[in-house]
Amino acid sequence: MSLDLATVRRIATLARIRVEENELAKLQGELNGILGWIEQLNEVNVEGIEPLTGGAQMALRMRDDVVTDGGYPERVLGNAPERIGDFYAVPKVVE
Amino acid sequence: MLTDLTIAQAQEGLRTGQFTAVELTTAHLAAIDALNPRLNAFLTVSHTQALDRARAADAALAAGAARALTGIPLAIKDLFCTEGVRTTAGSKILQPFVPPYESTVTANLLRDGAVFLGKANMDEFAMGSSNMTSAYGPVENPWKRRQDEDAVLVPGGSSGGSAAAVAARLAMGATGTDTGGSIRQPASFCGLVGVKPSYGRCSRWGVVAFASSLDHPGPFARTVQDSAILLRSMAGFDPKDSTSADRPVPDYEAACKRGVKGLRIGVPREYRSDGMAAEIDTLWQQGVAWLQAAGAEIVDVSLPHTKYGLAAYYIVAPAEASSNLARYDGVRFGLRTDGADLRDLYERTRAAGFGAEVKRRVLIGTYVLSAGYYDAYYLRAQKVRALILRDFTEAFGRVDALLTPTAPSAAFGQGEKMDDPITMYLNDVFTVPANLAGVPAISVPAGLDANGLPLGLQVIGKPFDEETMFAVSAAIEQAAGFAALPTLMAGALPAPRAGAFPVPRAGG
Amino acid sequence: MSYAIEGRTGAWEVVVGLEVHAQVISQAKLFSGAATAFGADPNTQVSFVDAAFPGMLPVINRVCVEQAVRTGLGLNAHINLVSRFDRKNYFYADLPPGYQISQYEHPIVGTGVIEIELADGSIRQIGVTRLHLEQDAGKSVHDRHPTKSLIDLNRAGVALMEIVSEPDIRSPEEAGAYLRKLRSILRYLGTCDGNMEEGSMRADVNVSVRQHGEPYRTRCEVKNVNSIRFVMLAIEAEAQRQVEVWESGGTVQQETRLFDSARGETRSMRSKEDAHDYRYFPDPDLLPLVLDEAWIADLRAHLPELPDAKKARFIAEYGLTPYDASVLVAEQVTAEFYETVAKGRDPKIAANWVTGDFFAALNRTGRTIEDPPVSAEGLGALLDLIADSTINGRIAKDVFEAMVETGKPPAAIIDEKGLRQVTDTGAIDAAVDRILAANGDKVAEYRAGREKLFGFFVGQTMKAMSGKGNPALINETLKRRLAGD
Ligand SMILES: [Mg+2]
Ligand SMILES: [Zn+2]
Repeated sequence: MSLDLATVRRIATLARIRVEENELAKLQGELNGILGWIEQLNEVNVEGIEPLTGGAQMALRMRDDVVTDGGYPERVLGNAPERIGDFYAVPKVVE
Repeated sequence: MLTDLTIAQAQEGLRTGQFTAVELTTAHLAAIDALNPRLNAFLTVSHTQALDRARAADAALAAGAARALTGIPLAIKDLFCTEGVRTTAGSKILQPFVPPYESTVTANLLRDGAVFLGKANMDEFAMGSSNMTSAYGPVENPWKRRQDEDAVLVPGGSSGGSAAAVAARLAMGATGTDTGGSIRQPASFCGLVGVKPSYGRCSRWGVVAFASSLDHPGPFARTVQDSAILLRSMAGFDPKDSTSADRPVPDYEAACKRGVKGLRIGVPREYRSDGMAAEIDTLWQQGVAWLQAAGAEIVDVSLPHTKYGLAAYYIVAPAEASSNLARYDGVRFGLRTDGADLRDLYERTRAAGFGAEVKRRVLIGTYVLSAGYYDAYYLRAQKVRALILRDFTEAFGRVDALLTPTAPSAAFGQGEKMDDPITMYLNDVFTVPANLAGVPAISVPAGLDANGLPLGLQVIGKPFDEETMFAVSAAIEQAAGFAALPTLMAGALPAPRAGAFPVPRAGG
Repeated sequence: MSYAIEGRTGAWEVVVGLEVHAQVISQAKLFSGAATAFGADPNTQVSFVDAAFPGMLPVINRVCVEQAVRTGLGLNAHINLVSRFDRKNYFYADLPPGYQISQYEHPIVGTGVIEIELADGSIRQIGVTRLHLEQDAGKSVHDRHPTKSLIDLNRAGVALMEIVSEPDIRSPEEAGAYLRKLRSILRYLGTCDGNMEEGSMRADVNVSVRQHGEPYRTRCEVKNVNSIRFVMLAIEAEAQRQVEVWESGGTVQQETRLFDSARGETRSMRSKEDAHDYRYFPDPDLLPLVLDEAWIADLRAHLPELPDAKKARFIAEYGLTPYDASVLVAEQVTAEFYETVAKGRDPKIAANWVTGDFFAALNRTGRTIEDPPVSAEGLGALLDLIADSTINGRIAKDVFEAMVETGKPPAAIIDEKGLRQVTDTGAIDAAVDRILAANGDKVAEYRAGREKLFGFFVGQTMKAMSGKGNPALINETLKRRLAGD
């Protein structure tokens, strides 16, 4: 599988990373290099193997339903690049 | 010099009043002031905070209330969120970020009295094996090639600043994180001990995530014993991390003294393939001989899927990263670049805030998870991961620990291996399988290459059996008698050189 | 095919599936310890986890899991002992991490069924495909600033149950009945308050149309409809639109649409247009959710009696009509109110009073059953006073109104107003005598066979006694005297 320029553009959009037209070809080459190298995994017989999703071999631990957090809007908003009142602010989103 | 002490020695000196914590911290801050402009190991130096903590440590010592790390000056990888102290993850996108909270691991160290000197440089979002991807410039390895003292070598990565700081005696120990080798490989490059504990042993809460299922916080130190002291403090169950293991933390320091008599040490034959450098192979054989001499039984084992570890890693890690890094969008914290609308703001913010390697990995990760490709890449990689774990499980049915080289080479020069990403990725070929399986592993300095650069050996343990891992690595440390020192080091004296031969002699 | 859109080319069947997002009742959020209460000041119920700060990690709330399992049990659904959380990746201003933690491949609850009852009394089974747990997003406020959207994360991370139906619904009426029934079950279980105005229950409506015997055609999803009435209107409007598209030779495009309640039409949601690729994958910060069978059995054993069971019992135990039983079990508090009134009394009379005068009083006063104008105990006492002939049924209506107005107990009102029923036969005889004497012509007509006049005599006698005469005694006396005694 090899990425064409349109696919590189599409995944950059999905990832919300602006890529200038003149950078696309170089990026395409790098990504295809990596993907080509990764294809060695096709040699492995994975028939009937359950995928391993994580490093921990245990079940999920549950916490009690108690309010233990929140209530500090200043700390939550303190790093915001832009705020209006007690809200984060972004360019207007049109539905 | 105070900066030459091990943590264990410093603990003793502080307890017996040979020097104060303020003196110890001041010595390290002076070393940082002298050498950091060149090494670039620290991104932030916390003079005031460190001295405040040192004064508190002296008070605690005077009151007889000293804890395990009271007064010990450490460097903290800039991936650990530290309350009130800027945390960048080596990225421009977090350049203005001051966390309002303290990571669990650093909180544990503070609880035990440690003094934080500052935040250590690193590859951006821990993505790299050379510290060349930091947005704040590369780190210089304090070690120099014997014939070429002018060449600037990399300290390895991604925890390159931590490794350089400890090697150059700017800190007695450091925290790092290891996602594919990011503690063990720089430890090997800088002549240090670096530990990646079992997955779940050290909490990930408050550590900027790269790849959640592979990220392992762990310590750097100059001796196995010191690394054991640090890990014991860093480790422990954390209810805030769903993947944290609810298990008691053993006395690792005691485990270092166990010896290896009667242990069965596996030597995985697949690690040898693919044109391993002769001196790496020689060092590995030397390690085998040392352990045998110390009473261990050597067993040939097979980890047949090891060679696919790196490829699986370069699917799983970017996939998780592409999702973990979505939060850097210019809305709630960090850098923002304005745009015509919200989408434009996102795209410009992330284009300006992320460096080239991070972009590559986020794009690869986005691609391998996207519709139509998930099964072929991500799902297949997770199945290969299962096979790698199975290999380890089967091997550990027969042996107590595994011995391998840590890295395929010694430290290389800045700018080398930069031609294409894969060349750089191959640095982690020996370290990645332990991350995929979540098993503990350590790199211990064992010898020098032909240029006088340090090389490490890796000991891999059973899940949550760090004790055996420490016992084996302590035996190697003792046998290797590694005493070489880097060129650039606190005290500004030319480094005395030990070990005239590429490969050290056996014995203590 | 009972409901159909009549097009130029014939009748079109409507095919509807509903995805309901029901906010789980819990103190804290699904993966963080921040509070869930409605209406707090902006960004006050936000933890660093909810705002997706670097290094923050999710830890699941046991009660949210319990609520999902209980809901699954209430929907007669299969509970999956192992389920998993996945990340649904997309960028949006009110989605801080850039992904929603949801359950994609392995939901906590599998297939179930909801039984609905239609106006004509017919019963239909609507399949439930699945129920899964996921996080809510924050809220964007678009109308407070000329060029900015403002983000409040109070709701971000609150637990939702997404309950997905099979495309079994065939009319707006069925959709309404499904939603009312689902809401009723959720409220009985106490797993969601079902309050659509506050957004704690929202519906995505999947609509397609087809002609008789056809396979399914392309569907459109109408997002986030926030009342049952709007769901019904949206289905009608969207089905109508699709019929027009098909009949004019066009093709319905699969897309996400919004219901504009002011215009009564759906429109395309441009912002959701760009090809969605959510890149689901298992959340590596979480582990598989493994449930214990004994725990589930315990939850099952402690479920409350649910509407269907209660309705059956009301019919069997109290002899109610299916219609009255349905009305009374729709809300658990109503059923409880009714059972308090009916206890030890005539259950049918109790049902008539609750569904009649009492419901009318609720409507008129604008009060709720949780804060009723007349308590169940008060209404019961009133029924007792009818049963023991202290007052008659007609006076009881006046007493009830006085109870609504004054809040006093019925006995006090009866005493104050002197409404006690007259059972003194002498007084009744005298009143009857006066009425018969004053209406000699009508007595003659009655005796000549116009028996309908009997009611007139009863009315006149009762009027003469200010309504307080015992109706049975008046009847009996009149019958005797008119017979010529
Ligand atoms: Mg939906
Ligand atoms: Zn949903």
